[in-house]
Order: sequence, then structure tokens, then C-alpha cells
Amino acid sequence: MSKPIVATTSLAGCFGCHMSILDIDEKILDLIELVEFNKSPIDDIKTFTKKCDIGLIEGGCCNSENIHVLKDFRKNCKILVSVGECAIMGGLPALRNGIPIKECLDEAYINGPSVQHNPKGIIPNDDELPMLLDRVYPCHEIVKIDYYLPGCPPRAELIWNALVALVTGDELKLPYEVVKFD
Amino acid sequence: MSTLVKFKIDGVECMAERGTYIVEAARENGIYIPTLCNIRGVKPRGSCRICTVLVNSRPMSACTTPVTDGMEIINDTPEINDTRKSIIEVLFVEGNHFCPSCEKSGNCELQALAYRFQMMVPRFPYIFPNKTVDASNPKIIKDHNRCILCKRCIRAIKTDDGKNVFAFKKRGMKLEIIIDPELGDNFTDELAQKAVEICPVGAILPREKGYQIPIGKRKYDQVVIGSDIEKK
Amino acid sequence: MATNVQDIITKYNKDKTRLMDVLIDVQSEHGYIPKDITKEIARELDISHVDVEQTMSFYHFFSETPTGKYAIFLNDSAVANMMGRQKVKETFERETGIKFGNVTPDGAIGLFDTSCIGMNDQEPAALINGRVFTNLTPFRVKEILRDIKDGKAVEEMYSAAFGDGENRNELIKSVVQNNIRKKGPILSEDYTPGIVIWKKLPEMTPEQVIDEVKKSNIRGRGGAGFPTGLKWEFCRKAAGEKKYIFCNADEGEPGTFKDRVILTERPKLLFEGMVIAGYAVGATEGIVYVRHEYTYLKNYLENLLQGARDRNLLGKNIGGIEGFDFDIRLQFGAGAYVCGEESALIESSEGKRGEPRDRPPFPVEKGYLGMPTVVNNVETLCSVVKVLLNGGEWYAKFGTKDSSGTKLMSISGDCKYPGVYEVEWGFSVKDILEMAGADEDRVQAVQVGGPSGSLIGPDEFSRTLCFADLATGGSLIIIDNSRDLLTDIVLNFTEFFVEESCGSCSTCRNIPNMMKLKLEKILDARGIAQDITDLEEWGKVLKVSRCGLGQTAGNPILTSIKNFRHLYEEKIQKDKDYDTEFDMAAAVKASCEAAGRIPNLN
Ligand SMILES: Cc1cc2nc3c(=O)[nH]c(=O)nc-3n(C[C@H](O)[C@H](O)[C@H](O)COP(=O)(O)O)c2cc1C
Ligand code: SF4
Ligand code: SF4
Ligand code: SF4
Ligand code: FES
Repeated sequence: MSKPIVATTSLAGCFGCHMSILDIDEKILDLIELVEFNKSPIDDIKTFTKKCDIGLIEGGCCNSENIHVLKDFRKNCKILVSVGECAIMGGLPALRNGIPIKECLDEAYINGPSVQHNPKGIIPNDDELPMLLDRVYPCHEIVKIDYYLPGCPPRAELIWNALVALVTGDELKLPYEVVKFD
Repeated sequence: MSTLVKFKIDGVECMAERGTYIVEAARENGIYIPTLCNIRGVKPRGSCRICTVLVNSRPMSACTTPVTDGMEIINDTPEINDTRKSIIEVLFVEGNHFCPSCEKSGNCELQALAYRFQMMVPRFPYIFPNKTVDASNPKIIKDHNRCILCKRCIRAIKTDDGKNVFAFKKRGMKLEIIIDPELGDNFTDELAQKAVEICPVGAILPREKGYQIPIGKRKYDQVVIGSDIEKK
Repeated sequence: MATNVQDIITKYNKDKTRLMDVLIDVQSEHGYIPKDITKEIARELDISHVDVEQTMSFYHFFSETPTGKYAIFLNDSAVANMMGRQKVKETFERETGIKFGNVTPDGAIGLFDTSCIGMNDQEPAALINGRVFTNLTPFRVKEILRDIKDGKAVEEMYSAAFGDGENRNELIKSVVQNNIRKKGPILSEDYTPGIVIWKKLPEMTPEQVIDEVKKSNIRGRGGAGFPTGLKWEFCRKAAGEKKYIFCNADEGEPGTFKDRVILTERPKLLFEGMVIAGYAVGATEGIVYVRHEYTYLKNYLENLLQGARDRNLLGKNIGGIEGFDFDIRLQFGAGAYVCGEESALIESSEGKRGEPRDRPPFPVEKGYLGMPTVVNNVETLCSVVKVLLNGGEWYAKFGTKDSSGTKLMSISGDCKYPGVYEVEWGFSVKDILEMAGADEDRVQAVQVGGPSGSLIGPDEFSRTLCFADLATGGSLIIIDNSRDLLTDIVLNFTEFFVEESCGSCSTCRNIPNMMKLKLEKILDARGIAQDITDLEEWGKVLKVSRCGLGQTAGNPILTSIKNFRHLYEEKIQKDKDYDTEFDMAAAVKASCEAAGRIPNLN
């Protein structure tokens, strides 16, 4: 039997969830045994080379590129999992939700205390740059998400349990200590 | 004269003093009914509706309804628990709950209930309302983003001469908690501390303190809310 | 000359339970309630400032900021919209140059929306400085605005003749029409005020009065249908130094206006009913809680109460009964549908925000000021007079087996003869449609019992109006097939509940809005099958709310899904099982504008 194929990505996240995926000590060897990675920062495969079984999404959607990547994942993965608070509810990037985007941009590029030199008051506008969204969107407000793993980051054990359950089809074990929102 | 009454919770025979609220009566009989707006020792106000049980097949808030002789109470069914879960979920989306950066995380009753009911994602859309943090008081910070409008502060915090310090403003979705500027400015340390403690979430915070207990050691890190009652 | 705040406060004896009255007087005096005055009120009543703010900010007709020399509140109910409100609204906005929710820069005119004002039979209607203007048209709006420009007093702005009956009374002088279409025992002219007090009460013990009411089998007309005799008996038996009779004249359910007609044409019958109730339960004080929208009846009602006192129908040793003392006062509301809920009504009368209480204890045990209190609907109290006059058995002969007597129905919407019909219980919806001159072939739905009731279709028109079948507080809104049911009716009613929730319960504060967003998604053609299921599930959660408002807030959507499911199914996308409504173009618009770039949407 061929190994299930896993893809991962970090959208508007901090890579903390990816660190947590890898934070499983010696079980990392089991992980390699258990699954094959495709598009993922872990193996640096940049585009999907085949259809995947499981997509792990870190981070919510704050710009147009996030949306494209997420939709691409939905197309190429049988099962999508929102991993972590940012994917589930926007997380800290969503602190800007509720503040008009113009104000955010002015603060970041024109008026904010960290702005050193921008005499013309330019807000980056190169066509190559992703376009910012009016707010940060939880992933399930863009595409259908099949499972959710809360935490900031989710406990390594939770991610591991979930992967094993998805791969083996066994029931997912959720000990009280591993499902936390922080 | 005995004033004990007999009643049943999910078919289990129970006994309690007449007039005891169902939540308390259940607790005395080792049964946990989830609560959020309720505080022991303060007159109840059925606001959150999480303690809803069926009394003779009608939904009633268990924190405000006294037990009577022969009462048949249904508490622990998939339907009731799902209703409770959806209430927890709606409280998460109506405010801005960024648990990872919240001072109350780990000690928060709303979060603890979400853990108990295994909320993975709310079924309702996030509203991301534009709410403010009121830092005008010298002793406490009021964060409207996290306030669940449980009314605990209104009910429990009074001045020595019995005046209200906290109150509601407006109604419906615009409802919010306000602090009397004059009375709030004259908060004693004890009253400010009490307000912080009475708030089930991180909506009333002490100034210049926070994150004092390490992760893993906080109230609900290892212990399920309500399990102390169930153990008895 | 403006009355001093001190005078107002003194008038109410510095009694904090009269905070509503103080605020009402200040609001009508100044057009708003400025902060320095709320501070003064708090100081004088010896309560904290946030208490004053709490009460004040709860009610629609209290304002922190000026509402204009002419404050115009235009009804926003479904029927108002059906009858042409949109054009009226546009005319107001165009002619004044401001949007609703604002005051003109010169402070002359304020435009505001308001929930149903009890004029569904003569919509579109508005309140201007408390006076009612009905049957508005764009032309009429221009006339009104011209009068305003000329500085006319509101009383001088009526162009049409005054309404019928007592609407012409010197103390009312309003253009409101009664539209009484059918009379029965309550609306009948055949009534001598005071007759029961003089002729019957002196010969009966309170217990006998209660027995007679029980024999009549009458049940409350306010909606819940609790047996009146039993309620009185509970109150009589409850322990308390003082007892109270409340008449619930809050009539806030959109589409209901029959209490308005009783207050106009049969107020003496109502007052006599309250005296009877007072005698039966041993109460000494009666309070009529009248909705703010009916303030135009205030002087008239006050005058009648004085007349009753003069004739010993109120006061001490009433009707010559030694030791029977009873008096009545009016308590006005300030714009909150939930205050029709009996315990919220009591809270409001105590000067607080209209937040329903947890029950038990019920008002009959612990009501106004903690004392045993009966709360009855206007119509219930009127019926009781006829019960005592002619006997309970006589009364029980009207209507059906489980629903005795007559019911005043408020009929509005798409029909020739909107108005008030006093009919025996047991008529079918079809009968009523016929009476009201509705074109039956064109009627697609009837809203029974207002937004909190149910929306039914033609296959249910043969159902009968009675407690066992279609129970109702008495309103029928007729909707013909020119209307978009989901937008014109269901969405409007759902918004009504969002607006009127007191906000105390986490369920009722939030879920109606969640349901509204879902409904809008469906109306926007973005819905999927799951959305309909979600609506049904979420609606169930509302049932655990504290009071009837939250418990029924899902009804517009739930009953329309039940009876008009096809309307929902037509609108959803059948080929999709997921649609988040995310719209890239809309989401990037603001940021691209800010950065000065053209959105690239490929
Ligand atoms: C939200 C809400 C609004 C209500 N509005 C009214 C009202 O306007 N008039 C009324 O008589 N009853 C109203 N009721 C019902 C009252 O709570 C109460 O049952 C009634 O006044 C009792 O009088 P009755 O027994 O004579 O019907 C309302 C109930 C709720 C829950
Ligand atoms: S108050 Fe509780 S639920 Fe809200 S953010 Fe803080 S920890 Fe989370
Ligand atoms: S501030 Fe805290 S105690 Fe007060 S209502 Fe909000 S959540 Fe409850
Ligand atoms: S159901 Fe709604 S109106 Fe009634 S008490 Fe609860 S929040 Fe207030
Ligand atoms: S705990 Fe009972 S309603 Fe909140």
C-alpha cells in the first residue's frame, strides 16, 4: 500500500504550527514512515506534483495570495485540516479586523512610529504584491474545511493523534490536556 | 420539621432543601450542571442560558429555578449539551476572543467550557465587532472585546452604601457594560480585586499584572471544569 | 416656559422607582436628555449615574443628543412598507437633505425609524413630536415639511379632518381612525359605565367574583392565554402587604392595534375591569402601562380617571363598599417591545430597563415592588366587566368549547377593510379574509399573531382561531401574491426581533442576527441546502431564552421554512454544497484604493 500523501502550507501564520508538527521528538521517524510529503515548506516542494490525501493549513487568509493557495489546496487535497487558531479564527493577524484597511496601511507605511523614511507617502502598490483583504478570514470562510485542530500552536500530540487517526481511520483521541486554544 | 424535597435528575433520585436552586441542588448530589453567569452566593440572573435543563419537559434555567418535590429534571442529553455548546460558540463569535494573547487564558470559564464541550470551531460566522478597551479606570481595565455580558459584575459589585458601580448600556446586540466614572474611580483595592475575580472571562483585568501563572499550571490546563463536583 | 428639572423630580417625590416618568418629562421638555441633567437626576434620586444611563439608553424614545425641534419617527413595520413607506421615506430624505437617523444641521428636523406604532390599518404612519400622522404619501410629506418650515405647531399640521368617534374629542384631536368593522360585547355601545361597581360588586364577595370569572372560562387576551380567574385567585391567595393590578396596554406586537381602539372608545370599560380585578384580588392600586406611541391619548385618559374619582368609581370606599379603596394611574413606556412582557413591564414601571425577570417567582407572587401583582391585557379586563354583568355562564356561551367569548382581531395588510373586528372565537382564517374583503385568489399568506406567531399559507386557511388550533393575541396580516414573502415579511420581522431584544440572554441577543445573516445569504442567491438546515437548528436554540421574545424570535424564519419551504429551495444553489460568500473583488477593493492600484482579479 502506498503511503498517504500530505501537503502543508503556512498562510497568514507564524510557522509556529509547522514547528509543532515537527515537535514530536523521535516520533518524527514514525512520521516519515507513516506519510509522504508533497507540497510543503518541510521538503521545500513549491507546487503540487500530485493529488494529496491530506492538506494541513496553518494561518488564515489576509491577502489574495493566501486565497489562491488555499483554493489550490482545496483542489488538490482530499481532506483539508485547519491547524491552529489563525487558520480557525484568524488568530492574532485578525486583531486588525474591525479597523478599516486604509487606517491599517496608513499606520504601517505613513504615520506609524516605525516609519523611517517615506516622504512621498507611498503605500506599496507593485502589481507583483498580493492584494490585502479587508479583513483576515478564517479558512473555512473561504473553502470547505474538514477538520480543525485548535491551539496556538496546537499541541504536537494533537497533530500527531489527528494524523494517525486520519491515516489509519481509527477514532481520534482527544485527551483533555491536548486541546487548548493557546 | 424536615424541609427536604425529593426530585430526579436524569432519573437519579436526589434530595435537597426546599427552595434550593436546581444547580446547587444538583451540586449537592454530585451532579454538574454547567453554568457561566451564575456565581454562588449572589442572586442568580439567568442570562447565559447554559444551565438550561428540562423541567417537566420545559426548558428552564437551572440557576434560577428552585427544586420542588417530585420535580423531573433532564440535564445530560445530546440535544441539551449541543444547545449548550452552541451557546458557548455564539459567545465566542459575538466578541473578539484571541485566547493566545489573553491574560485570562487557562483561567477563563468560557474557554474552560469550550474545552469541556470540545468546541473545535464555532458553527456561527465570526462577527469581529469593533469593540474598545476602556482603560480610564485607575485600578482596572475593561476589555469590551471579551465581555460576555453575564452581568456578574453588575450584580456582585456594589459600593458600601449599596450603589451600583457597573451597569448595562443600550440593548440587544449593542448591549455593553459601563462603569460609573465617579464610583469606579473611588474603587477600593478590595472592590477592584473582587471585580477582577468575579469576571468569568478576561473582560475585567487588573492594571499592570498578567500572565503570572505559567502554562500548564493554570486552573483549567489539566482539570475539566465541573469535574470537582462530579468527583464527589 | 421650560419646567425646571427640579420641579419634575419633585413632582415624583424624588422616588427612584419613578425614573421612567422623570426621563419622559425631561425628554419631552428638552427633546433630549443631556448629561448634566442625568447627573442631576442621579444625585437627586440618590442612585448612581450609570443607573440613570442604564434606563435611559434602553428605550428607543430617549435620546442623549437632540432629536430636532420636530422629531419624526416613521414606522418601519412590514405593513408600512407594503403600503408605500419607501416612497414616503425617500421624500422625507430628499426634501430635508438628511438620511434617516440624523438631524438637520439647523436642528429643526430629526428623521428616525421606529418599530410598529400600532397604526397598521392606516399606514404609512409616523409620530411627529408624539402626534400621530397616518396615511402618509409623498405629497402629504411635502405639506408637512412646508408646515414645519412655516413654524407651525404640530397640532396645527393636520390637514384631514380628525378621525372618527372619540378621536375628535377635545382632549385627543387626532386623525387616527378607529376602523371598527364588527362589534360584540366589548365594543358594543350598550354599556353604562360603573354599572358593575354600583350594582354587582356590593353584593358579591371577592371570592364570588373570582368564581364568576372562572365560570366564564375566559383566558388572557395578551397572547399567552392564561386562565384569568386562576391568575386572580393565585394573587388573592399570595401573601403581601399591598397588591397591584396592571393593565398591559403596551401593544407592541407589529400588526396589533385593537387595544388602541379600546383605549379610545371604551376606556371606562377598561377602568371598571381594573376596579373589579382590584376588588377580587384585594389590590389598592392599578397601573395602566401604556406604550409611548399612544401618548396622544394621555390627557383624555387622565381626564376620565379624574371623572371616575369624582363619581366615586375610584378612590375610597368605591361604590359605597366600605373599605374598598382603589385608584389607577397611567405609566407610559418609552419605546421597547419587550416591555409588553409582563415582568419587563413591571421592571419598567419601577424605573428600570425593561429586562424580563426570571420566573418563578411569577408576578402574582412577587410583582411590582416585590408585591403580588396581576398583569392583564386591556381586552381581558374589559371582557371581565361583561362577565360580571351578565354572568360567567352567559359569557361562556360565546366562542368554542376551549375558547370562550369574543376576540378583537386587528386585521391589516392586503384587504379592503383593515381594522378591528370583534368576533367569537372559532372563526376560520378564511372567514376573516372574507369579512375583510381580501381577494382570496390572490392571498398567498397570512401572518397570524404578529411576528411571534406564524406565517401560514392557503392550505391552512380553514384552520380556526382558538386556543386549541390557531391561538393568537389577535392580529392577522394579509399578504397577497404581489409581495416577496421572504424579503418583505420574514426579513422585516427578523430584523424587528434583532432590534427589540433586551440583550440579556446570550441566545436572544445573538441568534436572531445570525439567522438574519443566513437569510440574507439565501436571498442573495448564495445559499446552499445546509443553510436551511442551519436555520432550523439555530432556531431551536432560541427556545431556551428567558422570555417569550427570544423564544419566538426565530418564528418568522422557522414557520416560513415549514410552510413555504419551496421559497427557500428556489433560491439556493443546487449544484453546490459549500459557498462561503467570499467575494475577492469586494475584499480587496479598499486596500487597492488605498494603495492606488488596480485590482488584479485573475
Ligand atoms: C415580548 C412579549 C411582548 C408582549 N406584549 C404584550 C402586549 O403588548 N400586551 C399584552 O397584553 N401582553 C403582552 N405580552 C404577554 C404578557 O407577558 C402577559 O402574558 C399578558 O399581558 C397577560 O395578560 P392576559 O393574561 O390578560 O393575557 C407579551 C409577551 C411577550 C413575551
Ligand atoms: S476571555 Fe477567555 S475565551 Fe476570551 S480570549 Fe480570553 S481566554 Fe479566550
Ligand atoms: S465584565 Fe465580566 S463580569 Fe461583567 S458582564 Fe462582562 S464578562 Fe460578565
Ligand atoms: S429572551 Fe430576549 S428579550 Fe427576553 S429576556 Fe432574553 S434577551 Fe431579553
Ligand atoms: S448559569 Fe444559569 S443562565 Fe447562566
